Amino acid sequence: MPKTLFDKIWDKHVVKTIPNGPSVLYIDKHFIHEVTSPQAFKGIENRGVPLFRPKQVVATADHNVPTINQHLPIRDELSRHQVTKLAENCTRHGIELYGLGHPFQGIVHVIGPELGITQPGITIVCGDSHTSTHGAFGSIAFGIGTSEVEMVFASQCLLQSKPRQMRINIEGELNKGVVSKDIILYIISKISASGATGYFVEYAGSAIRALSMEARMTICNMSIEMGARGGMIAPDETTFAYMKGRLFAPIGQEWDKKVEEWKQLYSDEGSTFDVEININAADIEPMITYGTNPGLGIPIVGSIPQAETLTDENERRNILKALEYMGLESGKKLLGMPVQHIFIGSCTNSRIEDLRMVASIVKGRKKSSNVEVMIVPGSQQVAAQVRKEGLDKIFEEAGFEIRQPGCSACLGMNEDKIPAGEYCISTSNRNFEGRQGAGARTLLASPLTAAASAITGVVTDVRELTKEL
Amino acid sequence: MKAFTVLTSTFVPLPIENIDTDQIIPARFLKATTKEGFGKNLFRDWRYVNNDELKPKPDFVLNKPEYKGEILVAGKNFGCGSSREHAAWSILDYGFRAVVSSFFADIFKNNALNNGVLPVQVSDEFLQEIFNQKNNSTLTIDLKEQKITIDETGKSENFDINNYKKTCLLNGYDDIDYLLSIKDDIIKYEEANK
Repeated sequence: MPKTLFDKIWDKHVVKTIPNGPSVLYIDKHFIHEVTSPQAFKGIENRGVPLFRPKQVVATADHNVPTINQHLPIRDELSRHQVTKLAENCTRHGIELYGLGHPFQGIVHVIGPELGITQPGITIVCGDSHTSTHGAFGSIAFGIGTSEVEMVFASQCLLQSKPRQMRINIEGELNKGVVSKDIILYIISKISASGATGYFVEYAGSAIRALSMEARMTICNMSIEMGARGGMIAPDETTFAYMKGRLFAPIGQEWDKKVEEWKQLYSDEGSTFDVEININAADIEPMITYGTNPGLGIPIVGSIPQAETLTDENERRNILKALEYMGLESGKKLLGMPVQHIFIGSCTNSRIEDLRMVASIVKGRKKSSNVEVMIVPGSQQVAAQVRKEGLDKIFEEAGFEIRQPGCSACLGMNEDKIPAGEYCISTSNRNFEGRQGAGARTLLASPLTAAASAITGVVTDVRELTKEL
Repeated sequence: MKAFTVLTSTFVPLPIENIDTDQIIPARFLKATTKEGFGKNLFRDWRYVNNDELKPKPDFVLNKPEYKGEILVAGKNFGCGSSREHAAWSILDYGFRAVVSSFFADIFKNNALNNGVLPVQVSDEFLQEIFNQKNNSTLTIDLKEQKITIDETGKSENFDINNYKKTCLLNGYDDIDYLLSIKDDIIKYEEANK
């Protein structure tokens, strides 16, 4: 019987199935970080249960770490306590930790792929909803809660009901100025912030195949923003080329053997999906959000919907509530609106290609004096590559502030926050109320849009800016 | 985990859709290393003016003394966004044992179940009927019968829950008890897939 990519990996990882209940799913790799793990460590310790497979767990500190002076002790007492606790827990249970000061430290969803830990055909979990990122390699990867972190600690397994499956096909060539962030913002704007809840999504089609690995990660990363359990893309030559030679990737004969296995990971001809969506790449324009969930997005040249005329009462009320929070009006355009902050970072868009994209726009230019621009590389390795390529000089000359790796202003857990009432064009993944700081107003967009708007100080269509060049 | 069987209680209505876990518990309160004490920060930024506990927002439902109870009733797609289990902990710590909505985000639903908080998914129409009730009316949630009733009118609806989770919740077992009991199967799986 023809199988989907998801089925092939799922079936191979089912240890057993409870009659009329969930399956016991074996987890190959478990990433942990300081915020969602302490209670899980305490949980197994209280039960007197050892950590079952410590070699399959990898830890880093990312969510609450400061992005300046990382060589000094963390000033915030609670953050320091959490990071210290992570180190103690990892030592006690024999877990590899890439903590602050380690050359591999960084956002968990950036370091997994760059170290070659993320591989096709495996199951990956992490106590973080953006774990879906790793699906870009053709793995089943999804975010879990802390009780589930504890389950994986105790047994390397989770009880999971098989999700429904959705395939999103994107065919054709992308327009100029359109990058993978725009693709995913476009998809979410079409199917809504809950449109894929209960589903695992496979992204396919010629437009997806043409993307680099880092661009694919951006798309899979935001699968959760439409409610999906995870997102995935079948591995191909692009995947293998990205992985080859990475620290924890297989080598020699083992590599050849693995590549042969990985080549079998695709949805068979005739395999079926519960839902299939077809999108024409040419319909996608640079996107930006205007509301307080990632589904409230529009083409950057478009207008905010006329909320008052919506017939669905709930939808109307929701959009009006979002616009009130955002200080925006129905029917108006965002283009040309002044912004005060630009945030370039997060597990969505902080990899080297994202930063090269930004540099290509700002090279030889200066930021507008009206905006503050913060650029936060996703990992120490990305930061090192930025320096190696001299991108840091370009950013410094443009007046951007380069910070040290971490989740930073994506979720405002550390000091990096956007002040109440101010606008921030952010390359991150969530525009929820207060996400970037109490009262902060977030406009999600691509690194190109963020870079162009940093130069002008207003919401800018990158295609207009580059026309002048 | 505390068992859940039958609950009759007044309810707290929150007729807002897409309530994400950043609203339920903002990220700045995630720095604790224990599960207790999150209730005081539940819906923090909707509850207080400028984060000031001395300035409750009078029109937010948790600040209205006429609304109380162990059941939270919210608009559809409740618990979307971040996977933080702190959202479920804060709801439990505040004193809720069940959340009723017409749609739940996946991770939140699992997190709630793993903490003995029952997510009850009802139809849009039934949800609206609950919102239309007076503030002192009660709901009865019977897990064994998988039934929720508006006591005032007697109107009821059945809800879904998978059998395994239902048994766990009725007895107060959690998944780890089960997973530890099948350790041999897990080791056999590992041997076979080396």
